[in-house]
Amino acid sequence: MNLFVQGILWVFDPAHYVGVNGIGTRVGQHLLISLGVLAVASVIAIPLGYVIGHTGRGRSLAIGVSGATRALPTLGLLSLIALIVNVGLIGPFVALVVLAIPSILAGAYSGFEAVDRRAIDAARAVGMTELQIVGRVEMPLGLPLLIGGLRTASLQVIATATLADYVGGGGLGHYIFLGLKTNDYPQMLAGSILVILLAILSEVLFSIVQRLVIPAGVTAGRPQDVRVKSTRSRAALG
Amino acid sequence: MTWLLNNGELIGQLVVAHLLIAIPPIILSFVISVPIGWVANRYRWSRGTLLTVLGLLYAIPSLPLFIILPLIIGTGLRDPINLVVALTLYGIALMVRTTADGLGSVDADIRQSATAVGFSSRSQFFRVELPLAGPVLLAGIRVVAVSTISLTTVGAVIGISSLGALFTDGIQRGIAVEILTGIVLTIVIALAVDGLLVLLGRALMPWVAVTSGRLARRDRRRPREAVTA
Repeated sequence: MNLFVQGILWVFDPAHYVGVNGIGTRVGQHLLISLGVLAVASVIAIPLGYVIGHTGRGRSLAIGVSGATRALPTLGLLSLIALIVNVGLIGPFVALVVLAIPSILAGAYSGFEAVDRRAIDAARAVGMTELQIVGRVEMPLGLPLLIGGLRTASLQVIATATLADYVGGGGLGHYIFLGLKTNDYPQMLAGSILVILLAILSEVLFSIVQRLVIPAGVTAGRPQDVRVKSTRSRAALG
Repeated sequence: MTWLLNNGELIGQLVVAHLLIAIPPIILSFVISVPIGWVANRYRWSRGTLLTVLGLLYAIPSLPLFIILPLIIGTGLRDPINLVVALTLYGIALMVRTTADGLGSVDADIRQSATAVGFSSRSQFFRVELPLAGPVLLAGIRVVAVSTISLTTVGAVIGISSLGALFTDGIQRGIAVEILTGIVLTIVIALAVDGLLVLLGRALMPWVAVTSGRLARRDRRRPREAVTA
């Protein structure tokens, strides 16, 4: 346990906060990579998920693709892209986007599917157009589940961004890989502790947001019903 | 391609090493999760606590866990046991929730009928609740299996040999075919184990095919996505 204390002391050593390799810089890089990846993945996955959720088409394909990416080793994808486009940030960035898309996609379409069919029928009955139904009924009601998907994606991306430095992409993984090379266990531990803190911070922030975005008066779509609810009578998951 | 032809033996060794690390956590996490999931489902007070603790465990990224774990369990950093324990912990974090959900999905009427015809609580668990929760458990263990096999490769960056070694070696030596081989083999192993689990499920639960419509509806509780790296 003594090493563990050394790792914590490493994090609090003022000397480790200055310069290019300072903790502030590395945390900043890590967050910047993660946020960039989430933004790009969202731009791709949210509209696609909304189309799948609204039309109900392409769902089995989306599930199949999510299943396949689960088996895909991220370290391998990251190494392969890094090798092709040369070492740097592009490899990890693309690999992380691929990793983040399935969770966000699932959050987007399952959010739409969780909307009570009666609410949608009612919206149509009062004369809303399809676009209005999407924008004013399905999007707000599905938001908690979308945030849930972003929460999972954020956790995965922050965790996996640690590997970015393996191909020279920077971030908190730097301390881990430098520590591994120089046999500096406290430094590795410090890097690990910082990544874990970021991951937990992301979980806490997203769980708060997830609660805040539940439209007033809505009981459906609370975080605890996240995976179960579906009022659409359709064949079950494959 | 010449790399592939010249390194058949190495690839074979790495596949074996990969399976030796990945298979025990899949079995262990199932065996350990069933009793914990039972407790979480049976005693209301424990459910929240257990699921929160496991949720936190699940939020710990794998590479940091691989580095911190040796300090707690006293293994060497590059000891494969370190990786097996870490992967088992992730498996448990996923499986306990699935088990609790699966056992919770068993109809109260069925449980009461079982009690009424004289099942003891032990045989009721093994002969009524567990088989009926089976499809949900199968769905859960399939996710655990696939993500465990994929996650095993991350151990390579701290020097634990598996198919991941093809990635680290491939990038150092600049051999794209080597990395691609590692990716393909990891996916093939994951799909093969997944297929075996499906077959095992059919053999153990022959009634599912007959009543699948009704059971599949319950099957909708999907386990969470797995953490990567």
